[in-house]
Amino acid sequence: MKRKSRGAFLFLTPSVLLLLIFFIVPIILTICFAFTNMALTGSAAQNLQFIGFQNFTNMFQDPDFRISVLRTMVFLIFSAVIGQVVLGFILALLMKEKNVTFRRIIGIIVIAGWVTPEIVVAFCMVAFFSDNGSLNQIIGWFGISPISWLFSFPMVSVIIANIWHGTAFSMMVYQSALDEIPKDIEEAATIDGASNFKILRYITIPMVKGSIVTNMMLVTLQTLGVFTLIYTMTGGGPGTATQTLPVFMYNQAFVNYQFGYGTAISLVLLLIGIVASLFYMKSMKVKV
Amino acid sequence: MVKHRLQRNIQYGILVVLGLCFLLPLFWILLASFDTNAQQGIRLPNFTLDNFSAVLGDSGNLRSFGVGIILSGGQATLVVIASVLAAYPLSRYEMRFKKSFLLSILFMTALPITAVMVPVFQMFLFFKLQNSIFATMLFLTSSSLPYGIWMMKSFMDSVPIDLEEAAWIDGASVWGGLRRIVAPLMLPGIATIAIFTFSGSWGNFFVPYILLQTPEKLPASVTIYQFFGSHGMVEYGRLAAFSLLYTMPSVVLYIFSQRYMSKGFSMGGATKG
Repeated sequence: MKRKSRGAFLFLTPSVLLLLIFFIVPIILTICFAFTNMALTGSAAQNLQFIGFQNFTNMFQDPDFRISVLRTMVFLIFSAVIGQVVLGFILALLMKEKNVTFRRIIGIIVIAGWVTPEIVVAFCMVAFFSDNGSLNQIIGWFGISPISWLFSFPMVSVIIANIWHGTAFSMMVYQSALDEIPKDIEEAATIDGASNFKILRYITIPMVKGSIVTNMMLVTLQTLGVFTLIYTMTGGGPGTATQTLPVFMYNQAFVNYQFGYGTAISLVLLLIGIVASLFYMKSMKVKV
Repeated sequence: MVKHRLQRNIQYGILVVLGLCFLLPLFWILLASFDTNAQQGIRLPNFTLDNFSAVLGDSGNLRSFGVGIILSGGQATLVVIASVLAAYPLSRYEMRFKKSFLLSILFMTALPITAVMVPVFQMFLFFKLQNSIFATMLFLTSSSLPYGIWMMKSFMDSVPIDLEEAAWIDGASVWGGLRRIVAPLMLPGIATIAIFTFSGSWGNFFVPYILLQTPEKLPASVTIYQFFGSHGMVEYGRLAAFSLLYTMPSVVLYIFSQRYMSKGFSMGGATKG
């Protein structure tokens, strides 16, 4: 039984106020400030002006911006889609119907990387990829001379770090999705002589398709906002080699103090997030 | 059958290799924290607790843990209170804008918070709120509120309304029903949301890094960065010990949350509709 009540909406007041002040207002400010020359230093600091689409014109002509969009795409595709989503699925699939203790141990190890705070992940990974780090020790056993991973392959390093940190989430989502597939369907297919690959292709994947799509959107959104991991591992460098959009935004706003420009970049980031978020909601088929 | 067993062994083999890849970076931090001369590579330490006593003996480090607890604990408490209140009418009453409100909430759960940090900093600067732990706590609260409300609403939907109606017949008010009947039945849900919020905030580096300035007000997440960001010669052993101590609350809380979330993982409660 659902009732109507005039007073009940009062319970929403604290949440609505907080969301209004700290969520809606900043989004509106983003839209306003993006069209100004706001800066903390220089002549623009005293003389705040509406400059129309100037920031955006500058942005699209800025080679640094274009390449950071490209880097963000590379980071998203390799660390979110291919890394976390695919590796998470493979892990969940391989762990299915394995020895319980073995399953649990592998699960704990993978989840440990997820529970570890981003900043500690960054520290572990800097050590792991450093010149005298574990990775070079290991390749040394095979007679390969050490590689300066963070200098020669900085993008690869941050992508691997993000995969290490994030895969557990996808793995857990897929594990619970795979557990819900009734056993007899796959058994029936086996008896009918279907190969493992065919079962995977025509039965398992279609049955968890919903989880895959929703998870992919969620992971993409999370990865889009990744700042801490990249900033603390490489600072966006060497040079600008790992400067993705959030790091580029940070550098423009908080290092160069070009707030107007920085906000314009945030707006682009926000718009990408809004589009991805709408896709995410569509993929969930929510009922409210 | 031989083919089948071979296949199974290959699968076990792949899992072992993947497991080792995931284990390696963690293993290093574990070994390094017990090694006063720790280097970047893996090596067996002369087992010692010196790193831990050095980290815990530093009052600055202890204060940063304290600030972290205040920031994250305050945030978790506020999120729980605000989201229980908000979830109540959303779960129990017909309201005109309910559907659009819930959809906006869901939409907000997915937005990257990174994207609004620049204007939030502007706003803090304008109202002279920068370097205020309380204001930072309020911002953090709002940033995890959409998720909190969404989860809380689906937890509350699963508490039968009959019990509450019985309480009303016995003379309880709406508020009394919420406080004495609904809230106690939702304790597992409340605990889950509190734990999730606390851990998320405990691990958050970006927000306090932007909004707080003086060293005395920085939580552990920022202090740890300054540890390995600005110290030229990094003392890996101490840093590893600090990292391990800093990670502990997240691990312990995760284990606790598992007890409450017996039904596994369900996309932030969203799939429950």
